[in-house]
Order: sequence, then C-alpha cells, then structure tokens
Amino acid sequence: MPGTVQSIERAAAILRLLAGGSGHLALGDIARSLDLAKGTTHGILRTLQHVGFVEQDRVSGHYQLGPALPHLGSGYLDVNELRSRSINWADPLAARSGEAVRIGALRDGQALIVHHVFRPDDTFQTLDVGTMLPLHATAIGKVLLAYRAAGPEPAEELDRFTRRTIRTRRALAAELQHVRDNGWSLEAEEMTPGNASVAAPIRGYGGLVVGAIGINGLVERICDSHYRPHQHLVAYVRDAARAISRELGAARR
Amino acid sequence: MTERYVVAIDQGTTSTRCIVFDRRGRLVSLAQQEHKQYYPRPGWVEHDAAEIWRNVERLAPEALRNAGITEEQVAAVGIANQRETTLLWDRDTGAPIGHAIVWQDTRTDDLVELLKEADGAPEVEHDSALPMATYFSGPRMKWLLDNHPELRQRAERGEILFGTMETWLIWKLTGGLHVTDVTNASRTMLLDVHSLDWSPSALAFFGIPRAMLPEVRPSIGVFGTAVAAFPGVRIGAALGDQQAALFGQTCFFPGEAKCTYGTGSFLLLNTGDELVRSTHGLLSTVAYQIAGGPVAYALEGSIAITGSLVQWFRDQLELIATAPEIETLARTVADNGGCYIVPAFSGLYAPYWRSEARGVIVGLTSYITKGHLARAVLEATAWQTREVVDAMNADSGLDLTTLRVDGGMTADNLLMQFIADVLDVPVVRPLAAETVSLGAAYAAGLAVGYWPDLEGLRQNWHRAAQWLPTMDPEIRTAEYHNWRRAVERTFDWTRPS
Ligand SMILES: Nc1ncnc2c1ncn2[C@@H]1O[C@H](COP(=O)(O)OP(=O)(O)OP(=O)(O)O)[C@@H](O)[C@H]1O
Ligand SMILES: [Mg+2]
Repeated sequence: MPGTVQSIERAAAILRLLAGGSGHLALGDIARSLDLAKGTTHGILRTLQHVGFVEQDRVSGHYQLGPALPHLGSGYLDVNELRSRSINWADPLAARSGEAVRIGALRDGQALIVHHVFRPDDTFQTLDVGTMLPLHATAIGKVLLAYRAAGPEPAEELDRFTRRTIRTRRALAAELQHVRDNGWSLEAEEMTPGNASVAAPIRGYGGLVVGAIGINGLVERICDSHYRPHQHLVAYVRDAARAISRELGAARR
Repeated sequence: MTERYVVAIDQGTTSTRCIVFDRRGRLVSLAQQEHKQYYPRPGWVEHDAAEIWRNVERLAPEALRNAGITEEQVAAVGIANQRETTLLWDRDTGAPIGHAIVWQDTRTDDLVELLKEADGAPEVEHDSALPMATYFSGPRMKWLLDNHPELRQRAERGEILFGTMETWLIWKLTGGLHVTDVTNASRTMLLDVHSLDWSPSALAFFGIPRAMLPEVRPSIGVFGTAVAAFPGVRIGAALGDQQAALFGQTCFFPGEAKCTYGTGSFLLLNTGDELVRSTHGLLSTVAYQIAGGPVAYALEGSIAITGSLVQWFRDQLELIATAPEIETLARTVADNGGCYIVPAFSGLYAPYWRSEARGVIVGLTSYITKGHLARAVLEATAWQTREVVDAMNADSGLDLTTLRVDGGMTADNLLMQFIADVLDVPVVRPLAAETVSLGAAYAAGLAVGYWPDLEGLRQNWHRAAQWLPTMDPEIRTAEYHNWRRAVERTFDWTRPS
C-alpha cells in the first residue's frame, strides 16, 4: 500500500486496542497483541501520551485512552495553561518592544484574550484578560483565522470599526493568504483609530496553532508612515511566538 | 565587541532552572529540569543531590545553546537555591551521603519538641533569630548525626561535609570549595545573625562539629571560578531563593516587600541594617550582603504549602491534569460553596509555627463539587498571605500599600485577583516572572561589575500586571473569620492537647 505511514497505522491499532478490552493494558500485552517489538510499542505509546491520546497509570504503569480523545473538537490546550507556559516569553517581548503584549485564543468565533502584559512604562493600565476581540479587525484574530482549518464562514459584510477595517469576505481572504505567506499579521487602525498591532502564531505539537501572541500600541510607534510595521518589532513578535511554540513542544528542530 | 550576559542557576524544590539574562535584565533563554521527589515515609521529603548536580551540568550548556552564546560571553553566574535543605557528603569522594533532607520534611518533629525544652534553647533562638522548628537545617543535622553515629567521628575530622544546596553546587562547580553565603547560613539556626559567623553556643547545643561546616561568605562577591558546567566563569553570588526574589524585585530599601508564589510562598520585607525581631510570628533573616558592605536584614512570613497544594490536587487527587487547570476548574463555580482547605501538611509555618497541626477540609456538604474544592485550594493561598501580611503590618507598624508578587502562581489571574480582594490592596506583578533567577543574576552581575550599581537595576523594574481589590468589605470580614475558624481545626492534631 503506497503512501501509508506505518507508525501511524500502528498508533491507530494501539488506540483501537485500548478502546476495546478492559481499557487498561500493560506495555507487554500491547506489544504481544500487535506482534510488535516492545521498544517500538513504547515509542508509539510515548508519542500518543505526549499528544494526550493515551495516559499511563502512575501506580500500575498500564496504558489507557487519554482525556484529550473525547474533546478532539475543542481546543486541546487549556487557556490558563497557555498563559502559564507563555508568561516567561511574553514579558521579554514587552521589554524589548516597549509595547503591550497580548495572547489570544479562538473562542466562539472571536479572539479571547488569555494573557496581557502592560506596556512597560508604568502608566496606569488595566488587564484585558477575558476580553473578546473580533477576528477580522485585530492582528491576533487574523492569525487565528488564517491558520484555522475550518469553521463558520465569516459574514458577507464584516463589522466595521474604522474606515480601515476590512469589510468584505474577499478582502479578508486575501489578507489571510498574506498572513500565511508571511507567518505574521498586521492590523493598522482597523479596530481603533491611532492603534496598530502585530501578531504571530503559537504552535503546539505537530504544528497545530493554539493561539497568537502580539504587541499593540500607537500606530506611529508600530508602523512607518505607509502603515508598514517596523521590521525589528515583527522579528521580536515572531521570536517570542517561536519560543513559546518550542516550550509547547512544537517541532523540536 | 560581542555582547555579554549573566546566567542564573535557580535550584528550586521541584526543578532546577538555568536562565540567561541580558544587560537590561531581560530573559534571553531558559532551560529547566524537574528532579525526583522522594517520600519514603509520611512527613519525609528527600532529593537526590547527585541527580540535581547532573541536571545543572546538562542545563548549563543547554541554556547557553538556546541563547546562542558561549561561556566566554558569560560575565558571571549567580546561584539561588531552595533553602534549609540539608545534605551531607564525603569530602574525599564527593559522593552524597544518603539523600538531601528537604525543607518541608518533618522527621525532626519529636526532636524539635525535646530541643524546645532543652537548656540553652532560648539563647539559640535569640542568636539565630529563628524559632525552634522542623523547617531549619540545624535540627536536621543533629538528627542525621544522632541517627548515624558512625558519621559523627568522621564529621569531627572534617571528612564529612555539610551544605545546603548552594554549598553543594559551589563545591561541585569549583571542584571542592566549601562555602556558604550569609542568607543560607541564616536559615540553619547555627548562625549568629549579628556576628554573621557560626555561633559556638549553637554548635554546642546541637552537637554539630565545626569541621563539617562551610565558610560563611557575603552573598554578593566572587566565590570562585567554575571548572565544571560553566568552565572559566566566575561565580558572582549565591543567595537563598526567597532573598534572591527580594533582590530581583529590587526591594533594596527598608520598607520594601515582595511575596513569591512557588511551592510555598514567602513574604519578605527589607528592614535595612536593623535586625527587627517579630512579635507576631515572623522570622528575622539575612536579606543579602554585598562583599565589603553592611548586611541587609529582612522580616519573613513563610508559608509552607501554596503551589504544592495545587500539585497535590493534581497528582494525589487527580482532579486536574496540569496546575493551571485549577483556575479553569475554579471558574466553573462562583464561590467556595462554604468549603475551606487549610493545607497544614507540614504543620503550620508563619504566623503560627505549629508543627503538630495537620491539614483539614471543612464545610463539606453534598453541595460541594470539585469546582468548589479548586476555589478553596486557591483561596487557601490568599488567606495565608493575608495572615502573614497582617503580622507584618503589626510588626512594622506600617500598612502595606501594594503587594509585589512573583513566581509561577502569578500566572493565575483568579488567584491574584483574590489576593488583592482579601488584602484590600493592589497586587502588582513585575515584568519578570522568574524573579528568583533575575535576583541571582543581578547579584552576580553586580559582583563582577557587569552592572555598576543598585540604582541602575531599579530602572529595569516595570509593572507588567496589576489587580485591584473589588471585594465587598463585609464578605471579606466574614470569609476571613471562616478561614480563621478552619485554621483552628488543624491545631493539636498529631499531639492532642
Ligand atoms: N496557573 C497556576 N495556578 C495555580 N498554581 C500554579 C499555576 N501554575 C503553576 N502553579 C503552581 O506554582 C508552582 C510552580 O511555581 P514556580 O515555578 O514559581 O515554583 P518553583 O520555583 O518550581 O518552586 P520551587 O522553587 O520551590 O521548586 C507549582 O507548585 C504549581 O503547582
Ligand atoms: Mg523557585
């Protein structure tokens, strides 16, 4: 059978095995049942464990289906965990860029702000965590949209916030293609006059986009006079996104 | 000219981190490794010091590689460590003798009860400015020598060495230098906090041979040059992790305080060159000493169990898969449903110092769900903070106006809001969550002239987040009252009165 990947077949077989039977199996039983070497079986089990499809009982060492399997459709990363795992990288991004940092995740067709670091100038600011932002009018939202594999089609007429807001589905599709080509997104005065934001994707295992991290601030600090973002800021954002992705176990290169 | 950096080793209770910082105090790279926790009997907690050293040896090159730099670019390395954890090793082979006994370990509780009544106890408590408790290293050393008589003679000949974790790491890093710093030494009960040297009367009281003790040095000053892990790099500082966090928060002046939320939580208030003795259950401790300078002291409110309660909820009750999920679970309900958890797993530390207390869950009814329990877990951290802040306000005669926080639990927004609510003051997180490491880096960088002075470091401090109190005062009062009643139910558990 050309084009099939043996280890994925074996992983599927292990999942079926665990889903049947008693639900708890020892490594040796799994290997025997599938006529695989123990080492091979162990490697596959560890990978399945890493992605949450399988869990190992701490006492018996037996394997069973993991808690992630019934929830394959919802985001696999808890938003509070996303914040905890990102916090060390969001702080230096704010320090380097001099701008506020936000991390967002897709929730009910909007971008839920899960983490917020103040602009490091010690002025009075309030936490945006918990705020929902429109996808088409924010840099974080554009990233979340651009890497979403499927979902409800955006409305034909998009909500308009400023005269620069993207208004049509076509224009949005072109913009999202642009985001995918570049690996980052920009929003310049599309949500609030005078403000701009830049964001990049945060990836989990296998490259899954689980969130977006971005900076936002005054448009004249983020962009030049042609609404082009300063390249050093884009680089800071992408570096932070990559560091968090590494932390989350995305493709360890 | 190539850019230079400072590296911190944060040898914590659950993990060891190696972090590279740049000249602005910004985190450049991080490498982290957990180590195994051994619980051989109820109340016993141990670490394998050899494993911890292997982790440091592996993390050091990894942190540099992640930062894309070489040892030549490292101006200095600073060490921050879990405090009071007690290790013996063989001077000739360098091999640890048994496991390290961790600060949370309560095996000395019977011994401590005896020592409290022994002749000379008040003097030892006065000279060390610490209450007789299982928490500190001195009773642990006595326990080790009492229970392993074969070690005592060798200890007297200096063949067996004692150290807390920074002493162990410096010994391994330098290939045999046996030194400690004043902050760590001030947690043994063996240090005279005024002379800053080992107290002969305390050594006699515990029966500890002088020959096994390290030399006491200032926290900030070159200890030596590493031959392993960071070959060629100078070790510029060593401090207890909580003192390092105080330094990382740039609390350099009397009256400045911070609270670090990790495995346990620790509120420290800089009291300057004056040793303030608490009358409300706080400890007096050394905050830091720059070589050639005066020593700065601190008042400390130590809380044994905060983040580790979340870990217990995760690992022992298995109600969540990761620590941050406690917030998700807690948000499924609006309040604690009348349920309170007092985590007196190792007795209660500040402000009670009751080693015979044990944990309770009270207010259980059939209404209570795991969401309420998750709330009660987080609220326990906040109320314990309230108790040490109240004690600190009473001791200092000043009211804390904002609380500076750091540590892993500050990622929990629900918890931070609740702390602001129960303290009725703003809670502020600085731009560096890894403040323990930052403090060790600052200290090491100062020692080698990488940073010129304390004032420059203060410029790096920025507010990253702030939570403002919103709780109805009546609810606050009523809930605090309930909490205090729950605490009373932990008393006298292992030794009924
Ligand atoms: N989002 C969260 N909510 C509540 N608790 C959390 C959260 N994230 C982490 N924790 C808890 O915080 C602790 C980890 O914090 P941190 O990394 O500062 O501690 P630590 O430095 O490992 O402690 P130590 O130095 O004692 O080893 C753990 O006990 C964990 O249970
Ligand atoms: Mg720590």
